[in-house]
Amino acid sequence: MPLTLLGTKLGMTRVFTDTGASVPVTVIQVGPCVVTQVKTNETDGYDSVQIGYGESKARTSTIPVIGHDAKAQTGPKKHHREFRLHEGEIGQFELGQTLTVEALKPFMFVDVSGTSKGKGFQGVMKRHNFAGQEASHGVERKHRSGGSIGGHATNRGTGPKPKKGKKMAGQMGNERITVRSVEVMQIDEERGLLVVKGAIPGHNKSTVEIRQPSRLYRSKTRRQAEHAS
Amino acid sequence: MGTQQIIESINAEVVSRELPRMDVGDTINVHCRIVEGDKERIQIFQGVLIARKGRGANEMITVRRIVNDQGVERVFPLYSPRIANYEVVRRADARRSKLYFLRDRQGKSRRLRDRRRGIKHVKGLPIAQR
Repeated sequence: MPLTLLGTKLGMTRVFTDTGASVPVTVIQVGPCVVTQVKTNETDGYDSVQIGYGESKARTSTIPVIGHDAKAQTGPKKHHREFRLHEGEIGQFELGQTLTVEALKPFMFVDVSGTSKGKGFQGVMKRHNFAGQEASHGVERKHRSGGSIGGHATNRGTGPKPKKGKKMAGQMGNERITVRSVEVMQIDEERGLLVVKGAIPGHNKSTVEIRQPSRLYRSKTRRQAEHAS
Repeated sequence: MGTQQIIESINAEVVSRELPRMDVGDTINVHCRIVEGDKERIQIFQGVLIARKGRGANEMITVRRIVNDQGVERVFPLYSPRIANYEVVRRADARRSKLYFLRDRQGKSRRLRDRRRGIKHVKGLPIAQR
């Protein structure tokens, strides 16, 4: 796992570029995140860093969390995340160090993960964009149903069971979603704000993870290289 | 600072741009910057401001004009840098915030009462000042 920071989605607005184009953007409050634990190959069998984000009251925290975060000279944190490091990177982090939005400065694109808005139990038309059935021509009480879910010949051989992963009605939303390589429009180091292009998962004030991009396609790779130089 | 203030501060610079006072019903000139290749020229769109929607940088205005007996409406982001300037040509009296009823109007009834004539019915004013 690459460099990860935690933040809060504040909301969306728009910015105008130099050419006058209107760009929809999301404003994220990033960090400050505190390094609460550094795991090394010798002690834990792998290299990683654990960060904490969000103030939490001592009386609402458990003793183990208070004690764990106290080792980093900080109060108890609401959220903790761990990210793996490549060999040799472990020296860049130390216990109690504060990571801010500045750490994302080298990146022109980031990955953002969050929990999407919950939609409840939804039918197949809303959940999987099925077409449903006809309004008339003899269709009775089945206008929004998905139709047949399997039959004689499925990938499980002949038998009574539907195919694995068959799209059906069920819980929609409220799951972890990642949007990859979203463009960074602005970084406000003073206030720890990150402004990214487009939408990110979750409702306003939800906690999101911001990571360095896992991979970029060609044109974005080129722009990232130009940005770095 | 509240969340909303932080979001608004992202485009505070854009919103701080000074614009003339434009109310719904006014006839305005919108000076659009048109970029053709590397040349830039300004095109004026004149019409009646029939709606203002949204807040801050998201505010949009709808301007309606009649071209060849055909109604044309354009929606502009109020603070778009592609708009060089706004001019108010004529002020008119409108009693509602969205003048969508103008779409159904034909001929003379398409016109709106002038703002200055709005004082017509004030009691006690001498006739000469009406």
